[in-house]
Amino acid sequence: MNGVNDFAFKIGTVNGTGSASANGLLMQAIFRMGIPVSGKNIFPSNIQGLPTWYEIRVSKDGYTARPSEVDLVVALNPATYAKDVATVRPGGHLLYDSSWPLPKELERDGITILGIPFGRMCVEAFEGDRERTLLRNIAYTGALAALLDIDMEVVDRLLNETYGKKPKLLESNHKAIRLGHDYAKRHHPCPLPYRLERMDATGDSILIDGNTACALGAVYAGATVGAWYPITPATSLMEAFKAFCEKYRVDKETGERRYAILQAEDELAAAGIVIGAGWAGARSFTNTSGPGISLMQEFIGLAYYTDIPAVFFDIQRCGPATGMPTRTQQADILSLAYASHGDTKHPILFPANPHEAFGMAVQAFDLADRLQTPVFVATDLDIGMNDWMVKRLQWDDAYRPDRGKVLDAAALEKVKKFSRYHDVDGDGIAARTLPGVGGKGAYFVRGSGHDKHAAYTEDSAAYMEVVDRLRRKFAHAATLVPKPAVTRQKGADIGLVTIGGCDAAVREAADRLREQEILVDVMRIRGFPFGEEVREFLEAYDSVFVIEQNRDGQLRALLAIELGIPRDDMIPVLDYGGMPLAAGVVVQAVCTHLAGAPA
Amino acid sequence: MTSIVKPPVRHPSLRQNRLGLTLRDYEGVMSTLCAGCGHDSVTAALVQAAWELELEPHRAAKMSGIGCSSKTTAYFMKQSHGFNSVHGRMPSVTTGAAAANRALTYIGISGDGDSLSIGIGQMAHAIRRNVNMLYVIENNGVYGLTKGQFSASADVGSTSKRGEANEQSPIDPALLALSIGATFVARSFSGDKGQLVPILKAGLSHQGLALVDVISPCVTFNDHEGSTKSYRYTREHEVEVVEADYVPVHTEITLPDSQNRLRVVTMHDGSSIRLRSTAADYDPTDRASAYAHVRGCQSRGEIATGLLFVDENSRDMHALLKTPETPLIDIPYEQLCPGAAALDALMARHR
Repeated sequence: MNGVNDFAFKIGTVNGTGSASANGLLMQAIFRMGIPVSGKNIFPSNIQGLPTWYEIRVSKDGYTARPSEVDLVVALNPATYAKDVATVRPGGHLLYDSSWPLPKELERDGITILGIPFGRMCVEAFEGDRERTLLRNIAYTGALAALLDIDMEVVDRLLNETYGKKPKLLESNHKAIRLGHDYAKRHHPCPLPYRLERMDATGDSILIDGNTACALGAVYAGATVGAWYPITPATSLMEAFKAFCEKYRVDKETGERRYAILQAEDELAAAGIVIGAGWAGARSFTNTSGPGISLMQEFIGLAYYTDIPAVFFDIQRCGPATGMPTRTQQADILSLAYASHGDTKHPILFPANPHEAFGMAVQAFDLADRLQTPVFVATDLDIGMNDWMVKRLQWDDAYRPDRGKVLDAAALEKVKKFSRYHDVDGDGIAARTLPGVGGKGAYFVRGSGHDKHAAYTEDSAAYMEVVDRLRRKFAHAATLVPKPAVTRQKGADIGLVTIGGCDAAVREAADRLREQEILVDVMRIRGFPFGEEVREFLEAYDSVFVIEQNRDGQLRALLAIELGIPRDDMIPVLDYGGMPLAAGVVVQAVCTHLAGAPA
Repeated sequence: MTSIVKPPVRHPSLRQNRLGLTLRDYEGVMSTLCAGCGHDSVTAALVQAAWELELEPHRAAKMSGIGCSSKTTAYFMKQSHGFNSVHGRMPSVTTGAAAANRALTYIGISGDGDSLSIGIGQMAHAIRRNVNMLYVIENNGVYGLTKGQFSASADVGSTSKRGEANEQSPIDPALLALSIGATFVARSFSGDKGQLVPILKAGLSHQGLALVDVISPCVTFNDHEGSTKSYRYTREHEVEVVEADYVPVHTEITLPDSQNRLRVVTMHDGSSIRLRSTAADYDPTDRASAYAHVRGCQSRGEIATGLLFVDENSRDMHALLKTPETPLIDIPYEQLCPGAAALDALMARHR
């Protein structure tokens, strides 16, 4: 790091002061210069007043994980000065608002302190408190443009695109950008040693967050019923679904909507609505986070036991309880896999980034219909809410939904007797009918004990026949969920296993370990239940590290439970403080273990 | 044990409705409730109402939660799909099903435990959404399947079978529904089929959520002296405030001259209900006076029955959601997916 197109900077501000749009502007400008970039919003569970940070990493090599160190910190929140100055790497820079004298907390040897009087300049240049506060953000954007050599033409164009229809606002933004930019040019050596230079590495990419991508997946999969209860960090998924439906699914003449979004009274009701809609034949989904998953448990078991398709997006956050709602974690793995009382197991898809989230969202609906069961898409706050640079999303117009085994009136005519839970094909999946079909298709869904004809039973054999079929169905699911993504190097004798959003950091760590002549193969789990490939990978190495973001090693435990691999044969690498994973954590864990391991 | 299927005996003299179906065609499996249970009378009234309304059985869906009441969905309309869901959660499942397929008639059966305790939130919000459904509460003031605990509808002073008196104030589903904007609120008594059948028919024809609270005594745990939900107590304290008579679309309405308190409410499907108030000042289309009257009856220890309130201008969930007449499940995929070109165009906005 620390060179041209290879560095990281971080901006510390106060939540609710409008820094989000300035930070987005910075990200987008760098992206449009053709340089790979990623941004992590480290925000509080608060509307106004608490500290918030935005980290931007620039990487000519395309690394998108959270940076392991920060070259430049823009410290604009006095409440976090002490913390912020400590995060600058030795030899790096700190930029602060010099409208006031340099506070004692910001003094530190070994770094360069830069001052720009953003506050004073904005007070002099603009009217009104709100405008002055908002434009201070644009002013620091201008200063960073000068210090890092961001192309001002790109910045100007972005401002024009954003505020083109509001001439007065556009003018103030241009003015604020220049204030910061020109002051930096006049008073500081620009650019800094680490800086930007145009590249051509983002042409096939987009900036998108995972919640938007999942919502698009739901639209493209043909989902018509969305039910939810607001919860961070899942809320923006349904908001995006609504926005896309308003764009694509409203009849221009009649105003009729080809979708139903129901904001439920709680997560229990959201699950019930989704299950009711799935039973009736719609593609339906809910978006939630850990606390919501806890509340939905009973309904999840009902859908499992009665073979009803439903899709659940779980945008994981830090638990337990309310936990840290605006911090990321992968701590719902076990509670999703076995959600609900009794013997229950559920397919889960684990996308690594928004691009994969789009595809897996579509796939989740196909799997739910094919398997007639709740299917989970587990992302996390980092994937869900941060803007990621990923390959452009693409769509194949030849796609048609796989609605699974559904007998319509014509098909029912050919059937001698319809038995809802009779496994004719041996794959554990029995054909269903939809309410309204008539004839012999009517049956009674019940969460109470039932036989293969869907009739009430308290008979052991009849009960077991149904739950054993469900076990066969789950085994069949292992052949349908996405296979793990495996990257191998010649001569590697160490295996790294990881999941979801850890992917970027683990792949970067593999590269850095190679530089130290430690060769590792990487397997990223993409689906549950695990297929045979997973077992083969785990059994192929002397040392297997399982890297995940929770305290108790939930993925490792699940691998042990489901595959019978001794748990202690897998070395846990656990990062659960709530921040997106950085490659350095993985490198250090592997090196430390190898150094301490007996020869 | 399993469910008991009724023998397929048909008496040749059974009358057929216009679909060619007899009452027997609207029945389900044999009830496993206690002999004399009020719920079985409600089931019989539902069978009668559906037969008279000429509902196509396969175009109806029976929805329920958990409890004695919720078992009854198995006891009528065996040709309909049924969904016996989770305790207190019938409303959300029905909401989802109705959102997906608005073309079916949804018959929700619940009880006082299912709707007024564990499921009170779901009931309230289904009312607020005005889901197009019949919502029957078979109300007996007691938890039957768990052997006699008080429910939230038990009156203060009402005693359990063991003599213990309830001291917590009751939740009256009719008053609750009125207070949160319900568009159809009725109360009846399982022992009064003459009153109940027309109410159920009107409820099934209502465009929106039709809440019907039916006092339905539990013969095993709450039919003793001291109970305020017993057959005897209900008979003695029932005060019918509005008589309802359901008039199908194809029948001409003639108004007898003498009935000056008669009001004709036209339903969404063109059918109508004739309402006759027994109290001079009662207006079943005025929410505030309906509420005041029911409350007044309650304070006098009377049980106000009849079709208590109906909003002729009810806008159901689909009207609020602005969904098309075509059920969402019948919209072709091509009209749901924006396609590759739209995605390409969208991608330009993410650069």
